[in-house]
Amino acid sequence: MLAKEAINMPKLGESVTEGTITTWLVKEGDQVNKYDPLAEVMTDKVNAEIPASFSGVITEIIAAEGETVEVDSLIAYMETEASDEVEANDKADGISNEKKEEENVVEEIDQSMKQRYSPAVLRLAQEHHIDLQTIKGTGRGGRITRKDINLLIKEGLPSEKKEQETETSAPQVSQAVHHSKEDTVIPVSGVRKAIADNMVRSKTEIPHAWMTVEVDVTDLVSYRNQIKESFKQREGYNLTYFAFFVSVVAKALKEFPQLNSTWQGHQIVQHKDVNISIAVASEDQLFVPVIKHADEKSIKGIAREINELAHKARNGKLTVSDMEGGTFTVNNTGTFGSVSSMGIINHPQAAILQVESIVKRPVIINDMFAARDIVNLSLSLDHRILDGLVCGRFMQRVKSLLENINENTTNI
Amino acid sequence: MSELNRHEKLGLTDEDVINMYKTMKLARKIDERMWLLNRAGKIPFVVSCQGQEGAQIGAAFALNREKDYIAPYYRDLGVVLHFGMTTQEIMLSAFAKAEDPSSGGRQMPSHFGSKERRIITGSSPVTTQVPHAVGFALSAKMKGKDFVTFTSLGDGSTNQGDFHEALNFAGVHQLPVITFVENNELAISVPIEEQIASETIAVRAESYGMEGVRVDGNDPLACYEAVKEAHNRALNGEGPSLIEAVTTRLMAHSSDDNEKQYRTEEELKHAKENDCLLLFESYLKEVSVLTDEIYDEIDSQIKTDINEATEYAEKAPYPDPSTIHDYVYAAEEGE
Amino acid sequence: MQKTYIQAIRDAMYEEMQRDENVFVLGEDVGRKGGVFRATEGLYDEFGKERVIDTPLAESAIAGVGIGAAMYGLRPIAEMQFADFILPAVNQIVSEAAKIRYRSNNDWHCPITIRAPFGGGIAGALYHSQSIEALFASQPGLKIVIPSDPYDAKGLLKAAIRDEDPVLYFEHKRAYRLLKADLPEEDYIVPIGKAGVKREGEDVTVITYGLCVHFAKQAAEKLADQEGISTHILDLRTIYPLDKDSIIEAAKKTGKVLLITEDNKEGSVMSEVSAIIAEHCLFDLDAPIQRLAGPDVPAMPYAPTLEKEFIVDEAKIKQAIQDLAEF
Repeated sequence: MLAKEAINMPKLGESVTEGTITTWLVKEGDQVNKYDPLAEVMTDKVNAEIPASFSGVITEIIAAEGETVEVDSLIAYMETEASDEVEANDKADGISNEKKEEENVVEEIDQSMKQRYSPAVLRLAQEHHIDLQTIKGTGRGGRITRKDINLLIKEGLPSEKKEQETETSAPQVSQAVHHSKEDTVIPVSGVRKAIADNMVRSKTEIPHAWMTVEVDVTDLVSYRNQIKESFKQREGYNLTYFAFFVSVVAKALKEFPQLNSTWQGHQIVQHKDVNISIAVASEDQLFVPVIKHADEKSIKGIAREINELAHKARNGKLTVSDMEGGTFTVNNTGTFGSVSSMGIINHPQAAILQVESIVKRPVIINDMFAARDIVNLSLSLDHRILDGLVCGRFMQRVKSLLENINENTTNI
Repeated sequence: MSELNRHEKLGLTDEDVINMYKTMKLARKIDERMWLLNRAGKIPFVVSCQGQEGAQIGAAFALNREKDYIAPYYRDLGVVLHFGMTTQEIMLSAFAKAEDPSSGGRQMPSHFGSKERRIITGSSPVTTQVPHAVGFALSAKMKGKDFVTFTSLGDGSTNQGDFHEALNFAGVHQLPVITFVENNELAISVPIEEQIASETIAVRAESYGMEGVRVDGNDPLACYEAVKEAHNRALNGEGPSLIEAVTTRLMAHSSDDNEKQYRTEEELKHAKENDCLLLFESYLKEVSVLTDEIYDEIDSQIKTDINEATEYAEKAPYPDPSTIHDYVYAAEEGE
Repeated sequence: MQKTYIQAIRDAMYEEMQRDENVFVLGEDVGRKGGVFRATEGLYDEFGKERVIDTPLAESAIAGVGIGAAMYGLRPIAEMQFADFILPAVNQIVSEAAKIRYRSNNDWHCPITIRAPFGGGIAGALYHSQSIEALFASQPGLKIVIPSDPYDAKGLLKAAIRDEDPVLYFEHKRAYRLLKADLPEEDYIVPIGKAGVKREGEDVTVITYGLCVHFAKQAAEKLADQEGISTHILDLRTIYPLDKDSIIEAAKKTGKVLLITEDNKEGSVMSEVSAIIAEHCLFDLDAPIQRLAGPDVPAMPYAPTLEKEFIVDEAKIKQAIQDLAEF
C-alpha cells in the first residue's frame, strides 16, 4: 500500500523559526532512501542538509529554491510504502483527552461559600448598606464576589427598602396562578386592559429613576386650615391640598421645561403648554384626566377642575378630550396614607410626581424640637430624557415654592 | 613482531584493537545518525563526539570497566559506550524518552549517567564534574578501595575555578584520579591561544603537584598508553595525573552552531585529514588486523544496530507528564 | 547536662561520626584548630585527619568534593567558615547537589550536609553577618534547616546527616554561646520539614526562625506579664521546603500574623511564608500579615549604631507584636 507523506521544514536549532531552501538535491520522481539528503537549508544558526524521514519517491516539491519557509511548514510530498510509524505523542494525547472528559461532568450546585465574605465585599456591603443575605453570589460555591456587589451598586440596590415600597400608581397586575372554584375570575378587558397595557409599556420601556424630597408644609397647612371652611361655604367644593401642589408643580414646570416633555421615538418634545395629568381612581379603574394650562390657572381654578374631573371619573363621564394632552402627572398618593412610593411614569411623559401624606413630625429647629407638617414628594423620571441634576433642581424649586406658601404670599 | 605494530608493545591483542576500532566506529556512526535525525526535525539537539573518538576510546580502554568510576563530559560518547551504554540507550536519550537510563528524558542528550556502570551523572555547567571525581577519589582513599576515578573535560573548561580547585585538592591529598583533557583547540569558537596563557594545558599539572602529560589525541594507542600509566600510578598510591590529549573537532560545536563563521575551509580540510577513525583504520589495515571481511562485518552490524535502535527509540513512549514531581527528594518511607 | 548551642552541634557530629563510619567532616580549619568557632573541637583528635579533613581554602572544592563523596556513598559534613563565603560554591550546591537525584531520574543521589554559621549582632560587619538562606530557598532538591535552640541544633543536625538528600544547615553564630539548655542523654533527631510550636498563645501569631525565635520568646513573656497579650510562636526550623500545614494552622489560630526574619525584608523567606498564608487563610485573617525584618540594604554594617539599626531585637519584636495585638 502506498501512502502520501508530507515533508516539513525541520527546526534546526534551539531558537530557529524558519529556514531558506538554498538547493534542492532531489527532483520530482526521484527515488530516495530514508536519511538521504533532500535539500540544503540555511537558517540563522546553521546551514544544513535536511534528510528524508522516509524511503520512497518525491512526488511534489512545494517550496522553491530561495524560498524562506517557517519551521513545520510543508516543503514537499513523498509517496512511501505505508509505514507503521507511530507517533510517540499518543500517550500524552490520551491523558489530555481523559482530562477533557472529566471537565464535562456537571458540577453540583455548591453553596458552601455563600456566607464566606471577603474583606472587600464586607466593606462595600457596609458602605452601601447592603444586606448580604439577600444577594446571590456568582462565585464558586455561591460566594458573593466583589464584582457581584459592584454590579449591584451600579444598577441600583434591590434592597428590602424597595420591596416595602408599593407602586401605587396602579393596582398590581398579577401573574397567572392556579385558581380554585371559590376564586372570582375577572376577565381583563376595557379600561382594565388599557391600564394594564399602559403600565407594562411604561414599566418595560422607560428606564425609571427615583428621588424623594421632604418638604416642610407647616405654613401651607395652617393657611389652608384657616380658610378651608369659608372656601367650602363660598365655593361649594373643597379646597384640597392637592390643588396647591398642582399649582406649584405647574409653576415650576414652566421654569424647568425639560420635565415638561415627552419621549417620541427619536426625539424629545418639550411642551410649551403645561397640562397636568392627575391620577383619579374609582373602585376598580384608574383614570388620568388632564388639567390643561395649569400654569395659567389660580389655585381656586385648579381646585375646581380637580373636583369636576374627579366627579366625572366616578360617574364614568370623562370624555376622551378630558384625558388628552397631558405633559406631566401629579399623583395624590397621600390620599391612601402613603408616605413613600415609586410611581410608574405615564407614557410618553418624562416624569411623575407622587404627593405623599402630610404627617406631623418632630423636627429640630434652632436646636429645639418642633412639631412640623412634613410631606414627601417622590419623583419618578425617565432617565432617557432627564438626569438627576435637573430633577434635583426642579424638586428644590417645588420644595421652596411650597415652603413659602402662607397667607401673605399666596392668593387662592 | 613487525616494526609497524605498536599495539602489541602496549600489551594489546589484535582482538583488543579491533574492539577499540569497533567502539570508535560505533560512536561515530551513532553521532552521524543523530545529526541526521536533528536535520530531519526529529530530535532537538546534538552535541558531537566526532573527531575525538580515538582519544576517548584509547583512554577508556586503559580503565577498569568493572571497578573504576568515570565522570565524563558531554562529548564522551566513546567513553560511555566502552563503559556499557548501548546504542539503544543513546538513542532513547536523543529522543528524550522515558527509558533513557541517564535521566529518563529529563536532560539533553549526552548528559550521561548510570550508577550501575559507575558513570557519574553530569550537568551542563562545565567542569563541575571534576570536584566530584576528586570526591570519589577521596572516598576510595578513605575506604581503602582499589578503584580509580577518571574525569574528562574540554580545553575551555580548564579555565574554570572548579578545575583548579579540584586538581589542587587532589594534588594536596594525592588522590587516585585521572583528569583527561580532550583539547580540540576550540572552546565553541574561541581558539586555544585566546583561552590559555600557558604553553600547554599539561604544564598546569605542575602547580598541583601531579604528573602532566601531553599526547596525540588523534591516536588511540597514545592515549591508551598515557592513561594506562596514570592508572598504574593511581593504583600504586602515586596520586593524580593530568593528561592533555590534543584532538580534532570534526563537526560544529553542536547542532545549533555554524562553524563556518569561525573556521576556514582550510582548517576544516586539515581537521578531516586528522580524522582519528580513518587514521586508526589505516593503521589496522597496515598491520593486517583489519581485513575487508572484518570491516564489512563491523560496518553492517553497526548499521543494523543503529537502525534498530533508532526505530525503537522513536516509537518508545515519552515520560508521563504526571511524573514531573518525581524524585525531587528521596521518597518518604512507605511511599 | 547543660549544653550550649555550639556544643550541641559538636555533639551531634561527634555522635554521628561514632555511629556511622561513613560520616566525615571537611572544611577550612576544621581539623587541628577545631574550627574558627570551635564547632569541630576534639573531632580531629578522636577521629583522625582521615575523617576530619582540613581542605585548601576553596569553597567550590569543599562543596564539590563533598558532593562527589556523597554520591559515592559517604556522608560528608562540609563546613563553610561563614555563610557569607558560600557564594563560590553556589554552582556546586544549586546546579549539582540540588539536581543530582532529579536529573538522573533517581539513579544517583547526594546525601551531603553543608554547615555554615550565619547571622549578625556580633560586630561581624557586611561579610560576617549575613543571612543568605533566601538565596537557596527557591531551589527544589535542597533542604535548608536553621535551628533556634540547642535541642533543635543537635536534633536537626543529626537528621541532616542521616538525610538522603543535600541539606544546608545554617547555625546562628550569636546563638553559639548565648543559648544553653539541658539536652537528653539518649539519641534523638528533630525531623526535617516540620515546624515547631515554641509557645502557645491566642492573640498574635509570630512565625520566625533562628535566633529571632529566642527574642520573640522573651518579648512574648514580657507582653504576657505587662500587657496581658498572649503570643503564639511557630519556629519554622526547616525553611525549605516549608511546613505549609503548620504555617496555615498557626496563622489561623489567632488571625493576626507577624513574620520575623533578620534577613533583608524583600524577597526573604518570610515573603514566601506570607504568600502561603495569603493563599490559604483569607477567611481567617483578622489583620494584614505583617513582616518585621532587616532593612533593604546590602548587608549589616560594622558601626554599633548601624548594626543596632539593622538587627531585629527583642524591643523591636515586642513593639511589633503589641501593634498587631491592638489592631
